[in-house]
Amino acid sequence: MIQIVIRFLVGGAAVSIFALIGDVLKPKSFAGLFGAAPSVALATLALTVTTKGASYAALEARSMIVGAIAFFIFASLVSWILMRYPFSALWVTLCAMPFWFAIAFGLWAVVLR
Amino acid sequence: MKTAVRMNVSALRDSTWSQFALRFLFGGIVTAIAGLVAQHYGPVIAGLLLAFPAIFPASATLIEKHEKQEKEKNGMNGSVRGRQAASVDAAGSAMGSLGLLTFAAIIWQFVPAHSAAVVLSAATIVWALVSVVVWQIRKRARIVRTHATSRAHHL
Repeated sequence: MIQIVIRFLVGGAAVSIFALIGDVLKPKSFAGLFGAAPSVALATLALTVTTKGASYAALEARSMIVGAIAFFIFASLVSWILMRYPFSALWVTLCAMPFWFAIAFGLWAVVLR
Repeated sequence: MKTAVRMNVSALRDSTWSQFALRFLFGGIVTAIAGLVAQHYGPVIAGLLLAFPAIFPASATLIEKHEKQEKEKNGMNGSVRGRQAASVDAAGSAMGSLGLLTFAAIIWQFVPAHSAAVVLSAATIVWALVSVVVWQIRKRARIVRTHATSRAHHL
């Protein structure tokens, strides 16, 4: 349980720091780079290396490549829809979320399993 | 074309504490879930979540709202501008995800045989470099396209 609490605190702090950096930067497209900052990954991998070892962390990082490809498609899709259709950002991002899961787990089934 | 990178610390005043707390919460929850998934399903599945767009909906909504409020202060309808700002931010995140991919590849290749602290630090620097280079390339490509289009209009 304590391990989960530590992960929560470290992950929350890492995400907040990168998000704050993104908030103060302009132009928007440059600030957007921080939306794909490795915040959750840094927190997780640092804790994983210390608790489970480097090989375990390397396996997580290999899967993360697939997750990043899914992120690229997800963010591109969100950007494309928001520029062309009159839907709110919240609605578009939430509706596009299943695409991230489909691409990430689809690629996992094809490439990693 | 206004594309120089600059810092505007006063932009933080536009956000409320609840918005900061929300992002902390989402980030913490996804990191905790990644740990739980690793325990139950192993590192291969858990690793996917390390590139999950956890705070993306919250950030996009925030940007849309701020931009909309700015326009409405001037008596204009800011809905379209708000969506455009969120779209541009998402395009930036797509570019950043290429850096994220490089970050993951570096850790995968180097963490088993080298100091974890050094590899994590180096991978973060490479994430930033790749993201900025991709952003620069796209910016230049857009400038070239804009010039070509305006020249074509003059012909």
